[in-house]
Amino acid sequence: MAADSGTATGIGASPKRKEDFRFLTGRGTYTDDINRPGQTYAYILRSPHAHAEIVKIDTAKAKGMPGVAAIFTGADYDKGGVPCGWQIHSKDGSPMIEPPHFPLCKDRVRHVGDQVALVIANSIAEARDAAEEIDVTYKELPAIVSTGAADKAGAAQVWPDAKNNTCFDWHIGDKAAVDAAFAKAHHVTKLDLINQRLAPNAMEPRAAVGDYDRATGEYTLYTTSQNPHVIRLLMGAFVLQIPEHKLRVVAPDVGGGFGSKIFHYSEEALVTWASEKVRRPVKWTSDRSEAFLSDAQGRDHVSHAELALDKDGKFIALRVNTIANMGAYLSTFAPCVPTYLSATLLAGVYTTPVIYAEVKAVFTNTVAVDAYRGAGRPETTYLLERLVEKAARETGIDRVELRRRNFIPKTAFPYQTPVALQYDSGDYEATLDLALKMGGWADFENRRAEAQKRGKLRGIGISTYIEACGIAPSAVVGSLGARAGLYECGQVRVHPTGSVTVFTGTHSHGQGHETTFAQLVSDTLGVPFESVEVSHGDTNKIPFGMGTYGSRSLAVGGSAIVKAMDKIIAKAKRIAAHLMEASVADIDFKNGEFTVKGTDKKVSFGQVALTAYVPHNYPITELEPGLEETAFYDPLNFTYPGGTHICEVEIDPETGVTQVVNFTAVDDIGRVINPMIVEGQVHGGVVQGIGQALLENCAYDQETGQLLTGSYMDYTMPRADDVPSIKVATHSTMCTHNPLGSKGVGEVGAIGSPPAVINAVLDALRPVGVTDISMPATPHKVWQAIQSAGKAKAAE
Amino acid sequence: MPTVKMTVNGKAVSADVEARTLLVHFLRDTLELTGTHVGCDTAQCGACTVHVNGKAVKSCNALAVQLDGAQVTTIEGLANGDTLHPMQEAFRDNHGLQCGFCTPGMVMSAIDLVQGKSNLSESEIRAGLEGNICRCTGYHNIVKAVKAGADAMQAGKGR
Ligand code: FES
Ligand code: FES
Repeated sequence: MAADSGTATGIGASPKRKEDFRFLTGRGTYTDDINRPGQTYAYILRSPHAHAEIVKIDTAKAKGMPGVAAIFTGADYDKGGVPCGWQIHSKDGSPMIEPPHFPLCKDRVRHVGDQVALVIANSIAEARDAAEEIDVTYKELPAIVSTGAADKAGAAQVWPDAKNNTCFDWHIGDKAAVDAAFAKAHHVTKLDLINQRLAPNAMEPRAAVGDYDRATGEYTLYTTSQNPHVIRLLMGAFVLQIPEHKLRVVAPDVGGGFGSKIFHYSEEALVTWASEKVRRPVKWTSDRSEAFLSDAQGRDHVSHAELALDKDGKFIALRVNTIANMGAYLSTFAPCVPTYLSATLLAGVYTTPVIYAEVKAVFTNTVAVDAYRGAGRPETTYLLERLVEKAARETGIDRVELRRRNFIPKTAFPYQTPVALQYDSGDYEATLDLALKMGGWADFENRRAEAQKRGKLRGIGISTYIEACGIAPSAVVGSLGARAGLYECGQVRVHPTGSVTVFTGTHSHGQGHETTFAQLVSDTLGVPFESVEVSHGDTNKIPFGMGTYGSRSLAVGGSAIVKAMDKIIAKAKRIAAHLMEASVADIDFKNGEFTVKGTDKKVSFGQVALTAYVPHNYPITELEPGLEETAFYDPLNFTYPGGTHICEVEIDPETGVTQVVNFTAVDDIGRVINPMIVEGQVHGGVVQGIGQALLENCAYDQETGQLLTGSYMDYTMPRADDVPSIKVATHSTMCTHNPLGSKGVGEVGAIGSPPAVINAVLDALRPVGVTDISMPATPHKVWQAIQSAGKAKAAE
Repeated sequence: MPTVKMTVNGKAVSADVEARTLLVHFLRDTLELTGTHVGCDTAQCGACTVHVNGKAVKSCNALAVQLDGAQVTTIEGLANGDTLHPMQEAFRDNHGLQCGFCTPGMVMSAIDLVQGKSNLSESEIRAGLEGNICRCTGYHNIVKAVKAGADAMQAGKGR
């Protein structure tokens, strides 16, 4: 496959996106844009309390309100609970505690926003009006929201079976070897860290339309999902017991996901279930306020980490203890985030020979926590890069030099880490060198001095990271607790006239698959870019699929498409051989043409396609007509993007306001299909990372469990004037185990950036005596840190 | 129910609506102009931005009945057939959109922001887009697109 086909649409080119015309003209079809004939509207009455017994629900008056079609409570709901897709076992071998999660609460609410009643009416206004009239008697109970305090004596208990609110208590690595190494350490750096809870905040709120067809007994669910087949499987098989052939799930245009739309949510089950009960389609659309109380949130880890170094500054051991907040219920992939997506990355880009990590997952009276852009890897990267930075300060070794000294050298691949993963490729020196150059590292002190003249504190920070994505080898994840395979499916349908439809089990909700996959297919088959259409998001069209998350679409989904094209080309060669009366072994295929070695005979891809469907002159006894192939691709390993992010900030000591003035991201993401889209992915990820570092936080009232940041008035989303333009470059080594060499780019921005920002903030604040700060480094927090450091200095 | 009459994308429309109907719901539900989106419930995100009498307005923050007689332009009314408005074109050229959900509001705000102004600086553009949230793009390419769109509009390619 040519690195660049020389056309403006091939692999490596940046054609304008196929998606954009419809989005720019208001013709996108998002779930809330879909209306079914006779449709009703659902409103979900949610708990105002973090923890309470439901004593009584009186719906009599509400049922008599205008336009009401039905009201259901937990007593009416007769189907299953929402399952968890990943099982972790504790150190002692016992399985994690899996509490039931019914779409409507039976007798107790466990977080503000928990689902108490489903009101269905002719309009959403009528449904809301009726919900106002539902009388619920609660008996309030003490609540626990704190991650760090959940397993302590005296904390309110969320689930009777989960003693000390513990879901599981897991570990990985060689504890004895780590202890022995620490005993010999020349220096030990210790750090306590909080990776705060975030709200993913895709701009499109979740929505779902359930539509039951009495004539056929078929259910259709339109939903804001990153993985419609996964929803079909979880909801069909586990919750509602609808067999796959009677259940269609459509995820049309989806307005961003960032992980939050992976999970099977109970609202999806409710509208599907209720559409059969009321014999009319049922639509539910989340408000933003509701989204803050019901979309799975991200991060929320409390960690203690210790790094042992020898006298040369080589890392000799690492130990980490983390408490991870699961929220009140176990969301679909929640248990794997702090464990197999996080602790397994603790080697980072370094040769640390022994590592031991303990992860305790706790229940609290908060919204469920699950994967959010990066899922586990931002947490680990933040921990490692803050720790390495601190070690550099403590040992006096230059922070770049300390990193270099410990890098896994590029000659060491494949590299087996002490925490299960085997990295296939990388060149950390190269991404570091390029980033240092682009980020102006060498002459930074001039800029610091210049800023100082203006009364500003300027700092620069770095993070050298790795992540594991392209998830994942099914057998491996199966042995680690996944209850699904993580292969992908691609189907390539060549039409009689030579145009192509590609069906992919991945789902695009901003990533531009309709463009990237069309480039891949057009380049490989030699058909025009305009003649390739990519279809996704409908279980009735796509054979199967596991969806889009974990930066897997190209590495796994793209590889499946490549495998399907291999089959297409193999079959097409046999047809071409027949047409040119040559042997298959002598047929070459290039640029959309089949030729016979050593002759000037040729037939075009289009002729072969037509012949496949009009098989008059055709090897019919050996070959079926038609030209359509399906492939399932199960990856052999994770992929390992990595790189260096450098951030430069300026802080106003008078106000505590931090401005990011420069940001450089150099990432190794393997083969790039569309550089324009790749850059866009990095920009978006980096800004989410800056958001985490400086602005965003889900704050709960510790006493009442109320979410204090439940709207955009209180939850600070990054806006255009909060962030700079971003310098982006790639320096790729190829993934060695998939046919494309691609590693994935969706999450790198959000993974590499937060520690670069915080390290920059601390670098800026060091001259005034501040040595630690937690995320988000808000103006208030920065200002206070400056004040307390000043006081401490004065007292000396 | 009160009757609302307005001109939307150049067409006279009239409908009976509940007094509490927001402009955005009037556009989306009554007129089936679903290009205008709802991203929040506190008038903070700008996904619902349309033009009312030529100025950018958050349509989630106005009642339909308040706007009786108004001229409203939505994202559906910008392009001329298949010819995009220069600001739309600039968003496409500069990859100023990913999931597309914030995009209609972003484009409507951008046009209002740059109208009649020349040579806006990056920081002026960033400040001007402060009322529109995008979670996908990190704004980098949106800022580039707005600059390019403004230039194209200035050059008279647009309206
Ligand atoms: S929907 Fe109008 S500002 Fe968010
Ligand atoms: S493009 Fe997705 S929110 Fe802006």
